[in-house]
Amino acid sequence: MFSFLPALIFPLLSGLGELAMLAGETLRSIGRGRIRVGLTLRQIAEVGFGSQLVVLVTGAFTGAVFTAQAYFQFASLNMETAVGPVVALSMFRELGPVLTGLMVAGRVGAAMTAEIGTMKVTQQIDALRALAVNPVDYLVVPRALAMMLSMPLLVVECVGLGVLASYYVGVQVLQINGVYFFANIQKFTMSSDIMMAVIKGGVFGALIVFISCREGLNAKDGAVGVGRATTATVVTSSLAILVANFFLTMALNIIFPAGQ
Amino acid sequence: MRNEPLIHVQDLVQQIGAQQILRGLTLDVQPGETLVLLGKSGGGKSVLLRHLIGLMRPVSGSIVFEGQEITTLTERELEPVRRKMGMLFQDGALFDSMNVFDNVAFPLRERGERDPGVIRDKVAQSLARVNMEGHDKKMPVNLSGGMRKRVALARAIISPPDVILYDEPTAGLDPIVSDSINRLIRRLQRELNITSLVVTHDMISCNHIADRVALLNTGKIHFQGTLAELRETPDPIVRDFVDGRSGETVY
Repeated sequence: MFSFLPALIFPLLSGLGELAMLAGETLRSIGRGRIRVGLTLRQIAEVGFGSQLVVLVTGAFTGAVFTAQAYFQFASLNMETAVGPVVALSMFRELGPVLTGLMVAGRVGAAMTAEIGTMKVTQQIDALRALAVNPVDYLVVPRALAMMLSMPLLVVECVGLGVLASYYVGVQVLQINGVYFFANIQKFTMSSDIMMAVIKGGVFGALIVFISCREGLNAKDGAVGVGRATTATVVTSSLAILVANFFLTMALNIIFPAGQ
Repeated sequence: MRNEPLIHVQDLVQQIGAQQILRGLTLDVQPGETLVLLGKSGGGKSVLLRHLIGLMRPVSGSIVFEGQEITTLTERELEPVRRKMGMLFQDGALFDSMNVFDNVAFPLRERGERDPGVIRDKVAQSLARVNMEGHDKKMPVNLSGGMRKRVALARAIISPPDVILYDEPTAGLDPIVSDSINRLIRRLQRELNITSLVVTHDMISCNHIADRVALLNTGKIHFQGTLAELRETPDPIVRDFVDGRSGETVY
Protein backbone atom coordinates (compact mmCIF):
# COMPACT_ATOMS: atom_id res chain seq x y z
CA MET A 1 0.00 0.00 0.00
CA PHE A 2 2.82 2.37 0.86
CA SER A 3 5.19 1.05 -1.81
CA PHE A 4 5.46 4.55 -3.31
CA LEU A 5 7.01 5.89 -0.10
CA PRO A 6 10.65 4.88 -0.78
CA ALA A 7 10.50 6.56 -4.20
CA LEU A 8 9.28 9.71 -2.46
CA ILE A 9 11.43 9.65 0.66
CA PHE A 10 14.85 8.66 -0.74
CA PRO A 11 15.14 11.56 -3.23
CA LEU A 12 13.90 13.92 -0.51
CA LEU A 13 16.47 12.68 2.01
CA SER A 14 19.21 12.66 -0.61
CA GLY A 15 18.31 16.22 -1.64
CA LEU A 16 18.31 17.38 1.98
CA GLY A 17 21.67 15.67 2.50
CA GLU A 18 23.17 17.40 -0.53
CA LEU A 19 21.81 20.75 0.65
CA ALA A 20 23.29 20.22 4.11
CA MET A 21 26.66 19.25 2.60
CA LEU A 22 26.67 22.30 0.32
CA ALA A 23 25.74 24.55 3.25
CA GLY A 24 28.47 22.96 5.39
CA GLU A 25 31.09 23.36 2.65
CA THR A 26 30.04 26.99 2.14
CA LEU A 27 30.27 27.78 5.86
CA ARG A 28 33.69 26.09 6.02
CA SER A 29 34.87 28.20 3.07
CA ILE A 30 33.61 31.36 4.77
CA GLY A 31 35.30 30.23 7.99
CA ARG A 32 38.60 29.77 6.13
CA GLY A 33 38.27 33.32 4.81
CA ARG A 34 37.88 32.27 1.17
CA ILE A 35 35.71 35.32 0.49
CA ARG A 36 35.95 37.25 -2.79
CA VAL A 37 34.86 40.74 -1.83
CA GLY A 38 34.39 42.00 -5.40
CA LEU A 39 32.18 39.07 -6.41
CA THR A 40 30.19 39.36 -3.17
CA LEU A 41 29.52 43.07 -3.74
CA ARG A 42 28.44 42.33 -7.32
CA GLN A 43 26.04 39.68 -6.02
CA ILE A 44 24.68 42.06 -3.37
CA ALA A 45 23.91 44.53 -6.16
CA GLU A 46 22.25 41.74 -8.16
CA VAL A 47 20.31 40.15 -5.30
CA GLY A 48 19.59 43.13 -3.05
CA PHE A 49 19.51 46.21 -5.21
CA GLY A 50 18.11 44.45 -8.26
CA SER A 51 15.20 42.91 -6.34
CA GLN A 52 14.01 46.12 -4.72
CA LEU A 53 11.35 47.10 -7.24
CA VAL A 54 9.63 43.72 -7.27
CA VAL A 55 9.78 43.43 -3.47
CA LEU A 56 8.54 46.99 -2.87
CA VAL A 57 5.62 46.61 -5.28
CA THR A 58 4.71 43.27 -3.68
CA GLY A 59 4.86 44.74 -0.18
CA ALA A 60 2.90 47.88 -1.10
CA PHE A 61 0.03 46.15 -2.84
CA THR A 62 -0.20 43.34 -0.28
CA GLY A 63 -0.43 45.94 2.52
CA ALA A 64 -2.98 47.92 0.54
CA VAL A 65 -5.30 45.04 -0.36
CA PHE A 66 -5.03 43.46 3.09
CA THR A 67 -6.00 46.80 4.63
CA ALA A 68 -9.02 47.11 2.37
CA GLN A 69 -10.22 43.55 3.10
CA ALA A 70 -9.66 43.93 6.86
CA TYR A 71 -11.52 47.24 6.83
CA PHE A 72 -14.53 45.76 5.01
CA GLN A 73 -14.79 43.05 7.69
CA PHE A 74 -13.94 45.14 10.75
CA ALA A 75 -16.10 48.13 9.82
CA SER A 76 -19.26 46.14 10.53
CA LEU A 77 -17.96 45.59 14.10
CA ASN A 78 -16.81 49.22 14.53
CA MET A 79 -13.24 47.98 14.87
CA GLU A 80 -11.70 49.98 12.03
CA THR A 81 -8.76 51.14 14.12
CA ALA A 82 -7.70 47.49 14.64
CA VAL A 83 -6.93 47.29 10.93
CA GLY A 84 -3.48 48.89 11.39
CA PRO A 85 -2.04 46.44 13.93
CA VAL A 86 -3.60 43.42 12.18
CA VAL A 87 -1.98 44.39 8.90
CA ALA A 88 1.34 45.36 10.53
CA LEU A 89 1.60 42.15 12.56
CA SER A 90 0.67 39.99 9.59
CA MET A 91 3.20 41.78 7.41
CA PHE A 92 5.99 41.47 9.99
CA ARG A 93 5.35 37.93 11.12
CA GLU A 94 4.16 36.20 7.94
CA LEU A 95 3.39 38.03 4.74
CA GLY A 96 6.53 40.16 4.46
CA PRO A 97 9.08 37.35 4.81
CA VAL A 98 7.07 34.78 2.84
CA LEU A 99 6.16 37.04 -0.08
CA THR A 100 9.69 38.45 -0.25
CA GLY A 101 11.06 34.91 -0.22
CA LEU A 102 8.72 33.80 -3.01
CA MET A 103 9.53 36.83 -5.16
CA VAL A 104 13.28 36.49 -4.63
CA ALA A 105 13.12 32.74 -5.33
CA GLY A 106 11.43 33.51 -8.65
CA ARG A 107 13.71 36.38 -9.62
CA VAL A 108 17.12 35.65 -8.12
CA GLY A 109 17.01 31.90 -7.43
CA ALA A 110 15.99 31.11 -11.00
CA ALA A 111 18.74 33.39 -12.38
CA MET A 112 21.37 31.78 -10.11
CA THR A 113 20.44 28.29 -11.23
CA ALA A 114 20.35 29.30 -14.89
CA GLU A 115 23.79 30.95 -14.66
CA ILE A 116 25.50 28.18 -12.69
CA GLY A 117 23.68 25.47 -14.68
CA THR A 118 24.82 26.99 -17.98
CA MET A 119 28.39 27.11 -16.65
CA LYS A 120 28.05 23.44 -15.68
CA VAL A 121 26.79 22.18 -19.03
CA THR A 122 29.33 24.26 -21.01
CA GLN A 123 32.24 22.86 -18.93
CA GLN A 124 33.00 26.26 -17.37
CA ILE A 125 32.77 24.73 -13.91
CA ASP A 126 35.17 21.98 -15.01
CA ALA A 127 37.46 24.76 -16.26
CA LEU A 128 37.26 26.44 -12.83
CA ARG A 129 38.22 23.18 -11.14
CA ALA A 130 40.99 22.52 -13.67
CA LEU A 131 42.36 25.99 -12.84
CA ALA A 132 42.48 24.94 -9.16
CA VAL A 133 39.54 27.16 -8.19
CA ASN A 134 36.93 25.55 -5.97
CA PRO A 135 33.43 26.17 -7.43
CA VAL A 136 31.93 26.48 -3.95
CA ASP A 137 34.43 29.22 -3.03
CA TYR A 138 33.99 31.03 -6.32
CA LEU A 139 30.28 30.62 -7.07
CA VAL A 140 28.40 29.69 -3.92
CA VAL A 141 30.12 31.70 -1.17
CA PRO A 142 29.56 35.16 -2.77
CA ARG A 143 25.94 34.32 -3.53
CA ALA A 144 25.29 32.91 -0.07
CA LEU A 145 26.77 35.96 1.65
CA ALA A 146 24.89 38.33 -0.65
CA MET A 147 21.60 36.52 -0.11
CA MET A 148 21.90 36.26 3.66
CA LEU A 149 22.78 39.96 3.92
CA SER A 150 20.20 41.17 1.42
CA MET A 151 17.15 39.08 2.31
CA PRO A 152 16.57 40.50 5.83
CA LEU A 153 16.89 44.02 4.41
CA LEU A 154 14.51 43.24 1.56
CA VAL A 155 12.00 41.81 4.06
CA VAL A 156 12.21 44.98 6.14
CA GLU A 157 11.66 47.08 3.00
CA CYS A 158 8.72 44.93 1.96
CA VAL A 159 7.10 45.17 5.40
CA GLY A 160 7.86 48.88 5.71
CA LEU A 161 6.24 49.72 2.41
CA GLY A 162 3.35 47.38 3.19
CA VAL A 163 2.63 49.27 6.42
CA LEU A 164 2.99 52.63 4.66
CA ALA A 165 0.57 51.51 1.95
CA SER A 166 -1.76 50.25 4.66
CA TYR A 167 -1.64 53.65 6.36
CA TYR A 168 -2.34 55.42 3.06
CA VAL A 169 -5.28 53.19 2.10
CA GLY A 170 -6.67 53.00 5.65
CA VAL A 171 -6.38 56.67 6.60
CA GLN A 172 -6.45 58.57 3.31
CA VAL A 173 -8.80 56.37 1.26
CA LEU A 174 -11.01 54.60 3.83
CA GLN A 175 -11.05 57.46 6.33
CA ILE A 176 -9.92 55.48 9.42
CA ASN A 177 -8.83 57.79 12.23
CA GLY A 178 -5.12 58.27 11.60
CA VAL A 179 -4.13 58.86 15.22
CA TYR A 180 -5.74 55.66 16.47
CA PHE A 181 -4.53 53.74 13.43
CA PHE A 182 -0.92 54.70 14.12
CA ALA A 183 -1.17 54.43 17.91
CA ASN A 184 -2.57 50.90 17.68
CA ILE A 185 0.23 49.84 15.35
CA GLN A 186 2.74 51.16 17.89
CA LYS A 187 0.88 49.51 20.77
CA PHE A 188 0.65 46.03 19.28
CA THR A 189 3.84 45.78 17.22
CA MET A 190 6.87 44.73 19.25
CA SER A 191 10.55 44.57 18.43
CA SER A 192 10.15 40.77 18.59
CA ASP A 193 7.92 41.00 15.50
CA ILE A 194 10.69 42.80 13.65
CA MET A 195 13.19 40.17 14.83
CA MET A 196 10.88 37.45 13.55
CA ALA A 197 10.73 39.09 10.11
CA VAL A 198 14.50 39.48 9.95
CA ILE A 199 15.23 35.92 11.10
CA LYS A 200 12.74 34.46 8.65
CA GLY A 201 14.27 36.56 5.89
CA GLY A 202 17.74 35.19 6.65
CA VAL A 203 16.54 31.59 6.77
CA PHE A 204 14.54 31.92 3.53
CA GLY A 205 17.56 33.54 1.89
CA ALA A 206 19.72 30.58 2.90
CA LEU A 207 17.12 28.12 1.59
CA ILE A 208 16.88 29.92 -1.76
CA VAL A 209 20.62 30.24 -2.30
CA PHE A 210 21.51 26.65 -1.41
CA ILE A 211 18.62 25.17 -3.41
CA SER A 212 19.48 27.37 -6.41
CA CYS A 213 23.20 26.63 -6.33
CA ARG A 214 22.67 22.90 -5.81
CA GLU A 215 20.28 22.70 -8.77
CA GLY A 216 22.75 24.68 -10.91
CA LEU A 217 25.74 22.59 -9.91
CA ASN A 218 23.80 19.38 -10.64
CA ALA A 219 22.44 20.55 -14.02
CA LYS A 220 23.06 18.22 -16.96
CA ASP A 221 21.76 17.42 -20.45
CA GLY A 222 22.34 20.84 -22.04
CA ALA A 223 19.78 23.60 -22.43
CA VAL A 224 16.86 21.32 -21.56
CA GLY A 225 18.59 20.31 -18.35
CA VAL A 226 19.22 23.94 -17.39
CA GLY A 227 15.55 24.73 -17.99
CA ARG A 228 14.56 21.75 -15.85
CA ALA A 229 16.94 22.81 -13.07
CA THR A 230 15.60 26.38 -13.14
CA THR A 231 12.02 25.18 -12.83
CA ALA A 232 13.03 22.84 -10.01
CA THR A 233 14.65 25.75 -8.19
CA VAL A 234 11.54 27.92 -8.26
CA VAL A 235 9.21 25.09 -7.27
CA THR A 236 11.47 23.63 -4.56
CA SER A 237 12.42 27.01 -3.09
CA SER A 238 8.80 28.15 -2.97
CA LEU A 239 7.64 24.95 -1.30
CA ALA A 240 10.61 24.99 1.08
CA ILE A 241 9.77 28.57 2.11
CA LEU A 242 6.13 27.72 2.78
CA VAL A 243 6.97 24.56 4.75
CA ALA A 244 9.86 26.15 6.66
CA ASN A 245 7.66 29.14 7.45
CA PHE A 246 5.25 26.97 9.42
CA PHE A 247 7.99 25.38 11.52
CA LEU A 248 9.77 28.71 11.96
CA THR A 249 6.54 30.34 13.12
CA MET A 250 6.01 27.61 15.71
CA ALA A 251 9.62 27.73 16.90
CA LEU A 252 9.98 31.51 16.91
CA ASN A 253 6.68 31.90 18.73
CA ILE A 254 8.31 30.12 21.66
CA ILE A 255 11.23 32.57 21.61
CA PHE A 256 9.15 35.64 20.72
CA PRO A 257 5.58 34.96 21.98
CA ALA A 258 2.95 36.97 20.11
CA GLY A 259 1.72 40.03 22.00
CA GLN A 260 4.51 40.06 24.56
CA MET B 1 67.32 4.33 -19.86
CA ARG B 2 64.00 6.17 -19.36
CA ASN B 3 63.29 8.79 -16.73
CA GLU B 4 60.69 8.33 -14.03
CA PRO B 5 57.36 9.00 -15.80
CA LEU B 6 55.70 12.35 -15.06
CA ILE B 7 52.31 10.63 -15.12
CA HIS B 8 51.86 6.93 -14.44
CA VAL B 9 48.41 5.43 -14.95
CA GLN B 10 47.94 1.87 -13.74
CA ASP B 11 44.96 -0.44 -14.34
CA LEU B 12 42.44 2.40 -14.54
CA VAL B 13 38.82 1.27 -14.62
CA GLN B 14 35.83 3.53 -15.17
CA GLN B 15 32.21 2.61 -15.66
CA ILE B 16 29.39 5.00 -16.53
CA GLY B 17 26.01 3.36 -16.08
CA ALA B 18 26.22 -0.11 -17.55
CA GLN B 19 29.01 0.84 -19.96
CA GLN B 20 32.60 0.12 -19.02
CA ILE B 21 34.60 2.99 -20.52
CA LEU B 22 38.10 2.16 -19.27
CA ARG B 23 39.02 -1.48 -18.65
CA GLY B 24 42.32 -1.52 -16.82
CA LEU B 25 44.15 1.16 -18.80
CA THR B 26 47.88 1.50 -18.15
CA LEU B 27 49.94 4.37 -19.59
CA ASP B 28 53.09 6.37 -18.86
CA VAL B 29 53.74 9.97 -19.90
CA GLN B 30 57.42 10.97 -19.87
CA PRO B 31 58.57 14.48 -18.87
CA GLY B 32 58.91 16.88 -21.80
CA GLU B 33 57.33 14.64 -24.43
CA THR B 34 54.23 15.12 -26.54
CA LEU B 35 52.18 11.96 -26.30
CA VAL B 36 49.26 11.71 -28.70
CA LEU B 37 46.41 9.50 -27.58
CA LEU B 38 44.44 8.21 -30.54
CA GLY B 39 41.17 6.34 -30.48
CA LYS B 40 37.65 6.19 -31.82
CA SER B 41 35.11 8.87 -30.89
CA GLY B 42 33.38 7.89 -27.66
CA GLY B 43 36.17 5.48 -26.80
CA GLY B 44 37.10 7.07 -23.46
CA LYS B 45 39.98 9.37 -24.45
CA SER B 46 38.42 12.49 -22.92
CA VAL B 47 37.34 10.45 -19.90
CA LEU B 48 40.99 9.53 -19.33
CA LEU B 49 42.03 13.22 -19.47
CA ARG B 50 39.33 14.13 -16.95
CA HIS B 51 40.73 11.49 -14.60
CA LEU B 52 44.27 12.84 -14.97
CA ILE B 53 43.24 16.28 -13.70
CA GLY B 54 40.90 14.90 -11.05
CA LEU B 55 37.60 15.90 -12.66
CA MET B 56 36.49 12.25 -12.47
CA ARG B 57 37.27 9.50 -9.98
CA PRO B 58 38.01 5.99 -11.24
CA VAL B 59 36.19 2.89 -10.07
CA SER B 60 39.63 1.38 -9.47
CA GLY B 61 43.23 1.86 -10.50
CA SER B 62 45.87 4.43 -9.79
CA ILE B 63 47.19 7.69 -11.24
CA VAL B 64 50.55 8.92 -10.00
CA PHE B 65 51.56 12.47 -10.93
CA GLU B 66 55.09 13.59 -10.03
CA GLY B 67 55.30 10.70 -7.57
CA GLN B 68 51.98 11.47 -5.85
CA GLU B 69 48.90 9.27 -6.02
CA ILE B 70 46.05 11.62 -6.97
CA THR B 71 42.98 9.39 -7.15
CA THR B 72 42.60 9.43 -3.37
CA LEU B 73 42.97 13.20 -2.95
CA THR B 74 39.99 15.36 -1.96
CA GLU B 75 38.87 18.30 -4.10
CA ARG B 76 40.85 20.69 -1.87
CA GLU B 77 43.94 18.47 -1.84
CA LEU B 78 43.85 18.36 -5.65
CA GLU B 79 44.26 22.15 -5.95
CA PRO B 80 48.10 22.18 -5.74
CA VAL B 81 48.24 19.31 -8.26
CA ARG B 82 45.95 21.17 -10.66
CA ARG B 83 48.17 24.26 -10.45
CA LYS B 84 50.88 22.17 -12.12
CA MET B 85 48.52 21.08 -14.91
CA GLY B 86 46.67 22.90 -17.63
CA MET B 87 43.75 21.59 -19.63
CA LEU B 88 42.48 22.73 -22.99
CA PHE B 89 38.82 21.72 -23.21
CA GLN B 90 37.30 20.74 -26.52
CA ASP B 91 35.42 24.03 -27.02
CA GLY B 92 37.79 26.09 -24.86
CA ALA B 93 35.39 26.40 -21.88
CA LEU B 94 36.06 30.14 -21.64
CA PHE B 95 34.09 32.01 -18.99
CA ASP B 96 31.39 33.63 -21.09
CA SER B 97 30.77 36.46 -18.60
CA MET B 98 34.36 37.70 -19.02
CA ASN B 99 36.19 39.20 -21.97
CA VAL B 100 39.38 37.69 -23.40
CA PHE B 101 41.65 39.74 -21.12
CA ASP B 102 39.82 38.72 -17.94
CA ASN B 103 39.69 35.08 -19.03
CA VAL B 104 43.44 34.97 -19.54
CA ALA B 105 44.13 36.98 -16.38
CA PHE B 106 41.84 34.73 -14.31
CA PRO B 107 44.47 32.20 -13.09
CA LEU B 108 46.85 35.01 -12.13
CA ARG B 109 44.23 36.87 -10.10
CA GLU B 110 43.07 33.65 -8.46
CA ARG B 111 46.66 32.94 -7.39
CA GLY B 112 46.86 36.29 -5.67
CA GLU B 113 48.45 38.59 -8.26
CA ARG B 114 47.03 42.08 -7.69
CA ASP B 115 49.47 44.36 -9.54
CA PRO B 116 47.59 45.58 -12.66
CA GLY B 117 50.88 46.22 -14.49
CA VAL B 118 52.13 42.68 -13.93
CA ILE B 119 48.75 41.23 -14.94
CA ARG B 120 48.63 43.39 -18.09
CA ASP B 121 52.17 42.39 -19.14
CA LYS B 122 51.66 38.67 -18.53
CA VAL B 123 48.31 38.62 -20.33
CA ALA B 124 49.84 40.44 -23.31
CA GLN B 125 52.76 37.99 -23.34
CA SER B 126 50.45 34.98 -23.14
CA LEU B 127 48.13 36.28 -25.87
CA ALA B 128 51.17 37.01 -28.06
CA ARG B 129 52.33 33.40 -27.69
CA VAL B 130 49.05 32.20 -29.20
CA ASN B 131 48.91 35.00 -31.82
CA MET B 132 45.85 36.63 -30.28
CA GLU B 133 47.15 40.15 -29.71
CA GLY B 134 44.56 42.90 -30.07
CA HIS B 135 41.55 40.72 -29.21
CA ASP B 136 41.62 41.27 -25.46
CA LYS B 137 38.38 43.27 -25.26
CA LYS B 138 36.30 40.73 -27.19
CA MET B 139 33.77 38.50 -25.47
CA PRO B 140 34.04 34.70 -26.04
CA VAL B 141 30.73 34.65 -27.92
CA ASN B 142 32.31 36.88 -30.60
CA LEU B 143 35.27 34.55 -31.20
CA SER B 144 35.56 31.75 -33.76
CA GLY B 145 36.21 28.16 -32.63
CA GLY B 146 39.93 28.42 -33.35
CA MET B 147 40.23 31.77 -31.55
CA ARG B 148 38.42 30.38 -28.50
CA LYS B 149 40.91 27.50 -28.34
CA ARG B 150 43.84 29.91 -28.65
CA VAL B 151 42.50 32.08 -25.83
CA ALA B 152 41.88 28.99 -23.69
CA LEU B 153 45.46 27.96 -24.37
CA ALA B 154 46.71 31.43 -23.41
CA ARG B 155 44.78 31.04 -20.14
CA ALA B 156 46.28 27.59 -19.54
CA ILE B 157 49.88 28.75 -20.05
CA ILE B 158 49.82 32.14 -18.30
CA SER B 159 51.35 30.43 -15.27
CA PRO B 160 53.25 27.79 -17.24
CA PRO B 161 52.20 24.33 -16.01
CA ASP B 162 54.34 21.18 -16.04
CA VAL B 163 51.85 19.42 -18.29
CA ILE B 164 49.01 20.42 -20.60
CA LEU B 165 46.16 18.06 -21.42
CA TYR B 166 44.66 18.84 -24.83
CA ASP B 167 41.16 17.51 -25.49
CA GLU B 168 40.66 17.33 -29.28
CA PRO B 169 42.52 20.60 -29.96
CA THR B 170 41.79 20.54 -33.71
CA ALA B 171 38.24 19.14 -33.65
CA GLY B 172 35.85 21.19 -35.77
CA LEU B 173 38.57 23.46 -37.18
CA ASP B 174 39.47 23.94 -40.83
CA PRO B 175 42.84 22.48 -41.98
CA ILE B 176 44.64 25.84 -41.91
CA VAL B 177 43.54 26.74 -38.37
CA SER B 178 44.27 23.14 -37.33
CA ASP B 179 47.79 23.48 -38.68
CA SER B 180 48.35 26.69 -36.71
CA ILE B 181 47.09 25.00 -33.52
CA ASN B 182 49.45 22.06 -34.15
CA ARG B 183 52.39 24.43 -34.59
CA LEU B 184 51.36 26.23 -31.42
CA ILE B 185 51.37 22.99 -29.41
CA ARG B 186 54.82 22.14 -30.76
CA ARG B 187 56.13 25.66 -30.08
CA LEU B 188 54.85 25.66 -26.48
CA GLN B 189 56.51 22.33 -25.84
CA ARG B 190 59.78 23.64 -27.28
CA GLU B 191 59.77 27.11 -25.68
CA LEU B 192 58.29 26.28 -22.27
CA ASN B 193 59.36 22.62 -22.06
CA ILE B 194 55.78 21.62 -21.26
CA THR B 195 54.83 17.97 -21.34
CA SER B 196 51.79 17.50 -23.55
CA LEU B 197 49.15 14.80 -23.68
CA VAL B 198 47.00 15.32 -26.75
CA VAL B 199 43.77 13.44 -27.27
CA THR B 200 42.71 13.39 -30.91
CA HIS B 201 41.49 11.25 -33.78
CA ASP B 202 43.08 13.61 -36.30
CA MET B 203 45.96 11.71 -37.93
CA ILE B 204 47.36 14.85 -39.61
CA SER B 205 47.62 16.52 -36.23
CA CYS B 206 49.20 13.37 -34.80
CA ASN B 207 51.86 13.31 -37.51
CA HIS B 208 52.74 16.96 -36.81
CA ILE B 209 53.06 16.94 -33.06
CA ALA B 210 53.65 13.46 -31.66
CA ASP B 211 56.85 12.27 -30.03
CA ARG B 212 55.03 9.10 -29.08
CA VAL B 213 51.62 7.72 -29.92
CA ALA B 214 49.21 5.53 -27.95
CA LEU B 215 46.05 3.98 -29.35
CA LEU B 216 43.09 3.45 -27.04
CA ASN B 217 40.87 0.57 -28.04
CA THR B 218 38.06 -1.05 -26.03
CA GLY B 219 39.11 0.75 -22.86
CA LYS B 220 42.77 -0.26 -22.94
CA ILE B 221 45.97 0.99 -24.54
CA HIS B 222 46.25 -1.26 -27.56
CA PHE B 223 49.44 0.21 -29.01
CA GLN B 224 52.25 2.49 -27.81
CA GLY B 225 55.23 3.60 -29.85
CA THR B 226 56.90 6.26 -31.94
CA LEU B 227 55.41 7.67 -35.14
CA ALA B 228 57.74 5.43 -37.16
CA GLU B 229 56.57 2.36 -35.22
CA LEU B 230 52.95 3.42 -35.76
CA ARG B 231 53.50 3.64 -39.52
CA GLU B 232 55.22 0.26 -39.71
CA THR B 233 53.09 -1.87 -37.40
CA PRO B 234 51.06 -4.58 -39.18
CA ASP B 235 48.53 -4.69 -36.28
CA PRO B 236 45.12 -4.70 -38.05
CA ILE B 237 43.38 -2.53 -35.42
CA VAL B 238 46.10 0.13 -35.67
CA ARG B 239 46.17 -0.10 -39.47
CA ASP B 240 42.39 0.33 -39.72
CA PHE B 241 42.57 3.44 -37.56
CA VAL B 242 45.63 4.97 -39.22
CA ASP B 243 44.40 4.24 -42.76
CA GLY B 244 40.81 5.27 -41.94
CA ARG B 245 39.12 1.94 -42.72
CA SER B 246 35.78 1.21 -41.05
CA GLY B 247 35.62 -2.43 -42.20
CA GLU B 248 32.23 -1.83 -43.86
CA THR B 249 31.93 -2.84 -47.50
CA VAL B 250 28.64 -1.23 -48.58
CA TYR B 251 28.45 2.45 -49.67
